[in-house]
Amino acid sequence: MHNVVFGQYYPSDSVVHRLDARMKLLAVILYIVTVFFVVDYAMYAALFLFVFAVALIAKIPLKVLFRTVRTIVFLVLITSIINLFFTQGDTLWVHWHFIKIYREGVERAIKLALRLILLMLFPSILTLTTTPMELTDALESLMSPLKLLKVPVHAIALIMSIALRMIPILVEETEKIMQAQKARGADFDTGGALKKAKAMIPVLVPLFVGAFRRADELALAMDARCYSSVAKRTKYRVMRFALRDLFASLFCIAVFSLVFLNKYLWPFDEMILSLFGSL
Amino acid sequence: MSIEIKDLSYVYSPGTPYACTALDKVSLTVDEGDFVGIIGKTGSGKSTFIQHLNALIRLQSGSLKVFGIDLSAKKPDLKKLRGTVGMVMQYPEYQLFDETVEKDVSYGPKNLGLSEEEIKGRVREAIGLVGLDYDEVKDRSPFELSGGQKRRVAIAGVIAMKPRVLVLDEPTAGLDPRGKREILSLVHKLKETSSPTVLIISHDMDAVAEHCNKVALFSKGKIASVGSPREIFYDDALLNETEMDRPAVVRIVKEMEQRGVILPERPVTRAEFVAAVKRWRDA
Repeated sequence: MHNVVFGQYYPSDSVVHRLDARMKLLAVILYIVTVFFVVDYAMYAALFLFVFAVALIAKIPLKVLFRTVRTIVFLVLITSIINLFFTQGDTLWVHWHFIKIYREGVERAIKLALRLILLMLFPSILTLTTTPMELTDALESLMSPLKLLKVPVHAIALIMSIALRMIPILVEETEKIMQAQKARGADFDTGGALKKAKAMIPVLVPLFVGAFRRADELALAMDARCYSSVAKRTKYRVMRFALRDLFASLFCIAVFSLVFLNKYLWPFDEMILSLFGSL
Repeated sequence: MSIEIKDLSYVYSPGTPYACTALDKVSLTVDEGDFVGIIGKTGSGKSTFIQHLNALIRLQSGSLKVFGIDLSAKKPDLKKLRGTVGMVMQYPEYQLFDETVEKDVSYGPKNLGLSEEEIKGRVREAIGLVGLDYDEVKDRSPFELSGGQKRRVAIAGVIAMKPRVLVLDEPTAGLDPRGKREILSLVHKLKETSSPTVLIISHDMDAVAEHCNKVALFSKGKIASVGSPREIFYDDALLNETEMDRPAVVRIVKEMEQRGVILPERPVTRAEFVAAVKRWRDA
């Protein structure tokens, strides 16, 4: 139950948790772009270090952080294997019957796996340290310039937060209805796909009826309190860009710049290799 | 002995930081013909307890036997159990789903695998038992009925399975006084006609005092006490400790005792009260 209410929010008292959600969101977007520019192994290592450092500051155990990677293990394996076998290159390493594995293929498979894992890890820190409500507020704030183009930003944000709020309620309702129908002898676990789908009808119908009833009641309750989507509204929690947000942004920008410097100016891997070569 | 529960314990989300003990070594015996009132504050474990009776919650520890069906067995006969114990959940009208009342009520018997003819007969009987006109409602959509009628249809859906034990979780919640009286007298009628054993969760102490012959008071996941309504509702120490209300009759008797009127015996139902007052007056 808890998982559904807070997403994967991991409550703890840390600087990362207290950072402005808008700043965190922007940092994640920048990070995702940046990851696609990483070239060298040294840079991959540096980014992993960066993510672990942030997780450490956020007081998130690595076990919890890597739980999110579990969901993409299959994807990582498939893409790596495909790249391993189907990448053509110059240096042939393995040749057995029709299987040809090139050095480039191995390298590409490793880097793709690392990239996918990196892509999963840092955004997870965002959702682990920010509640869905904060995220919605951040999105609303970041999208507010679109108001000039007559985009109903506030309404979109409201829909998102109501949807988030309704998920746990609907989950609970589903459980209740399933129990009630089980008590009437319903069997949700046996039979083929078609039989199982049919068995869900007595759950889905009351669930939909209930959802519409709730929506109706909520609309009435909002109307009764004179809710208007055009009125100027204030927030209970006001987001402020504080000094710590500035430092955090600078730190992120510094790390991300390193990636671009590496790609266009400093080839770290070669530098490290030549360093070892000269010893 | 129809239901035998021994040392039943249940923990929600065991092994996580959110673990929460809902039941702690609960034992209770229910005989055939009992009308058991289950009372206690919100969160005292009442609902978790009755969900066990229908195996809606799998047994974690302890033992539970319902008419010879042993729920601590590896694979208890769930179909038989659910035909034996009829469960009316809170706000049962929210589980109606089918196009017509007749189809909805026949959902339970159908799941039991009965013959078409048997189902028809049971549905007709059940709809009649809950006080609705079969010919009038059978082809109507359950969604166009009134709130009270919907609840009756939902109860009919359980009755049609002909359970020997009827379990109701706050059957009068959200009804007006008349609706409450009607549902309670319906439960009474069902006990006499179709399901001789009834367990009812209720926050309405008057209803419990009026109808039940046995009361189980839950508090903090344990049964604080089991006894007749008289034993429970005149136990001041117990009621104060568990923060429970008294039925109106008991409150009036207490008030009278404080003013020096001592009745010959302690009544809990209205009829007993009237009889006791008459006897006191004549004496």
